[in-house]
Amino acid sequence: MDVLTLSRIQFGLTIGFHYLYPPLSIGLGVMLVLMEGAWLRTGNEIYHQMARFWTRIFALTFALGVATGIVMEFEFGTNWATYSRFVGDVFGSALAAEGIFAFFLESGFLALLLFGWDKVGRKTHFFATCMVALGAHFSAVWIVVANSWMQTPAGYHIVGQGMRARAEVTDFWQVVFNPSMLCRLSHTLGGAWATGGFLVASVSAWYILKGRHLDFARKSLKAGLGLGLAASLLQATTGHLSAQNVARHQPAKLAAFEGLYHTTARAPLVLAGYVDEKDQKVIGLEAPDLLSFLADDNINGVVEGLDDFSAGDRPPVVPCFIFFHGMVAIGFGLLGLSALGLWSLRGNRLFQRRWLLWLLVFSVVGPELANQFGWFAAEVGRQPWIVYGVLRTPEALSVVVKANVVMASLILFTVVYFLLFAAFIYLLNEKIQHGPEDADLIPSGKLALPVKP
Amino acid sequence: MNATTHLDLNTIWFILVGILLTGYALLDGFDLGIGALHLFTPDDHERRILLNSIGPVWDGNEVWLVTGGGALFAPFPDVYATVFSGFYLALVLLLVSLIFRAVAIEFRSKRPMRWWRQMWDVGFSAGSILSALLIGTALGNIAWGVPLDENGEFAGTFLGLLTPYPLLVGVTTVALFMMHGAIYGVLKTEGVLHDKLRIWAVRCIIFFVICAVTLTMATLLYVPHMAARVRANPWLFSVALANMLAIANIPREFHHGRDGRAFLSSCAAIITLMALFALNLFPDLVYSAPHPEFSLDIHNAASSSHTLGIMLVIAAIGVPVVIAYTVSIYWIFRGKVKIDRMSY
Ligand code: HDD
Ligand code: HEM
Ligand code: HEM
Repeated sequence: MDVLTLSRIQFGLTIGFHYLYPPLSIGLGVMLVLMEGAWLRTGNEIYHQMARFWTRIFALTFALGVATGIVMEFEFGTNWATYSRFVGDVFGSALAAEGIFAFFLESGFLALLLFGWDKVGRKTHFFATCMVALGAHFSAVWIVVANSWMQTPAGYHIVGQGMRARAEVTDFWQVVFNPSMLCRLSHTLGGAWATGGFLVASVSAWYILKGRHLDFARKSLKAGLGLGLAASLLQATTGHLSAQNVARHQPAKLAAFEGLYHTTARAPLVLAGYVDEKDQKVIGLEAPDLLSFLADDNINGVVEGLDDFSAGDRPPVVPCFIFFHGMVAIGFGLLGLSALGLWSLRGNRLFQRRWLLWLLVFSVVGPELANQFGWFAAEVGRQPWIVYGVLRTPEALSVVVKANVVMASLILFTVVYFLLFAAFIYLLNEKIQHGPEDADLIPSGKLALPVKP
Repeated sequence: MNATTHLDLNTIWFILVGILLTGYALLDGFDLGIGALHLFTPDDHERRILLNSIGPVWDGNEVWLVTGGGALFAPFPDVYATVFSGFYLALVLLLVSLIFRAVAIEFRSKRPMRWWRQMWDVGFSAGSILSALLIGTALGNIAWGVPLDENGEFAGTFLGLLTPYPLLVGVTTVALFMMHGAIYGVLKTEGVLHDKLRIWAVRCIIFFVICAVTLTMATLLYVPHMAARVRANPWLFSVALANMLAIANIPREFHHGRDGRAFLSSCAAIITLMALFALNLFPDLVYSAPHPEFSLDIHNAASSSHTLGIMLVIAAIGVPVVIAYTVSIYWIFRGKVKIDRMSY
């Protein structure tokens, strides 16, 4: 294999693996704030127990997020050096801002969140929890700013030529608020909240099935499903906005998402199906006119097809189609599941519906997969560009790095990541089996003191 | 933009990157040092105390490296690109070491089995030693000079990075961090472990002093461009002198049982070492040998002055806040380590 393929595989593997954890941390962060907030407000010790149990899970996902994130920070320099020279002005600034504004905040207050239970008072601890959650959100902000700029570049101009060409910032705020940033940020955060919510729901549903920690599990399940439902609704909305944005700024990507080969007015939306590449068409269930309506708010709207683009400018259709439809299908599935779950929770019918509980046990896989699919769709759909319309991916490689070295590092990362993943699942399972500790029902140390009025 | 503000911004960013990396060496230095010493005690409880002495702070310390990386990328993208793609394999090894360190801290005490704890203990310790060695070796290569071509791309090989001088810098870094970590450990522990750490600290100090003296002689003898720069700017001797005094002060304070001051001296030694290194390099960022004319310096490797200005605003807002809560966290977790239910 050539350097380009190997570097792509390695980038996809490392970011995909990294992105298993941050959504969990961001989403769990929100759950922790809600739980600890509920404890402070009601004084009910069970919320304290919940906050402490989920903090332990949070520590685990956080550690893996940090360990895999460091790789990402340096990988642009190692494998995409020409890209780094080209965009350092813009992209580097966002990464540096992420370090200064997000990671420091998160890691600093994490110490208090994890180890500060007995050392500080209730309000201070709650403040620390909020700051950790905020820091996690900030890192999403800056990384999505950087990535959205690659999708819809703005606020820059190109100076120099050939090897020496580079993008320079002309307007910082245009770089930050580039055309796709806000809708992609809200969509990414929604995906993260869904992941946190469904993780809590999954574990709680399992306790209920096993008849363990029932009181704890019921409250957790309600909170988890609540956040899950809210986030799923948000995903449908912001996903729609993202799709319109893609239609406007990256028409080739939208055509690939939908497998639309020919420019069409009143284009149908594919609900389920597959792409027949040879005959250049999609076979499956279609909703007439809906794509035109979604892209344009107008059923007569014209949607550009792939034949509007030269062969060298088209993204690979089949993966885009599969990832995109996979994400959307999961999205609607989660919406239904969380709505049904919450509905059944009223009057405790849920506890008879064991099949529903079992579905909920595995529900966390849904948002994790949808997050992966979403990024793969968005990134693969941007191809062959690394910075849309400005720099092509093959031109972005490191000049001095040879295929055999990348092969070596790829093998190394694969082995290490498999090991880490196995250890993570093992420990997660241990923690879940162990369950919440009864000792956590009684706040200790300074936390035992009530909040001063 | 006129020429003078341009010059100022580039120099300021050289200093800021230097501060971030020095902050990293100061803070993660003792983390890595504790890690390097971790296997010296076979006792599980003592290992847990060592681990928890850095428990609340190691992640924040590592962020100095992450932010240093970002702060190299934004103002000096060419340096970020050249160094990281040029040092590819070394960097991948560094990343893997840092990964093992990070997860080992979190995972180790979660299960009681001997093999489990032993496995992560080795991961933690080996990861720490290798990280320190690789970081030092990389700095050593920058000091020695790196082969660059006319495009500013790395023109050497992986094995070419492992020559005696850079490796000596690497070993010295390990020794420095072990000393720094041992003194930190003395401050954070009590009882039997405290007494053990006292003995280790003395040995680490001796080890470091031997390395430092060897390194100074090697630099003067074999790195002519460094020596020449000192000769051209005699005031640099004062920094070197401050460095030597700081180092000499460590055993003195330590001997008198003033451990806190010994730790401060060790910090001063790190700061002056980094300052010497930076002053000798300035205005280059990557010195090219054998073709000095291809060197990457604070001008030809920099981002636009507009971006440097924006970044400066970001740093001016962010860094004071970061320092404020870093200090509060260290304050809240001051004192000797106690193991409780939430500990690692
Ligand atoms: C901040 C930047 C950033 C972020 C947050 C992501 N990516 Fe990305 N991705 C890139 C920046 C990037 C890139 C540097 O732009 C790459 C490298 C080569 C390329 O074509 O784009 C890329 C390529 C790339 C490829 C190879 C595509 C191809 O060349 O065919 C895959 C499969 C992914 N990414 C997957 C992901 C996933 C699953 C992500 C999230 C979970 C993700 N990326 C987030
Ligand atoms: C190429 C892109 C990325 C880079 C360079 C990157 C870099 C990093 C780094 C260096 C860390 C460790 C920070 C520390 O030591 O505390 C980290 C952790 C983290 N990253 Fe990423 N990251 C990337 C993608 C993402 C994405 C897409 C998200 C979310 C939308 C994200 C969110 C987080 C969060 C929340 C953490 C904290 C650890 C955790 O909560 O798991 N990152 N990242
Ligand atoms: C319900 C219907 C959904 C629709 C219509 C939708 C739509 C979209 C679109 C159009 C994109 C591409 C944006 C771009 O390329 O710039 C995208 C990306 C993404 N989606 Fe979805 N999505 C849905 C559900 C979900 C769910 C449930 C999740 C996760 C839980 C999710 C996670 C993501 C992520 C992480 C990205 C990449 C970030 C981004 O580009 O914004 N999506 N989605």
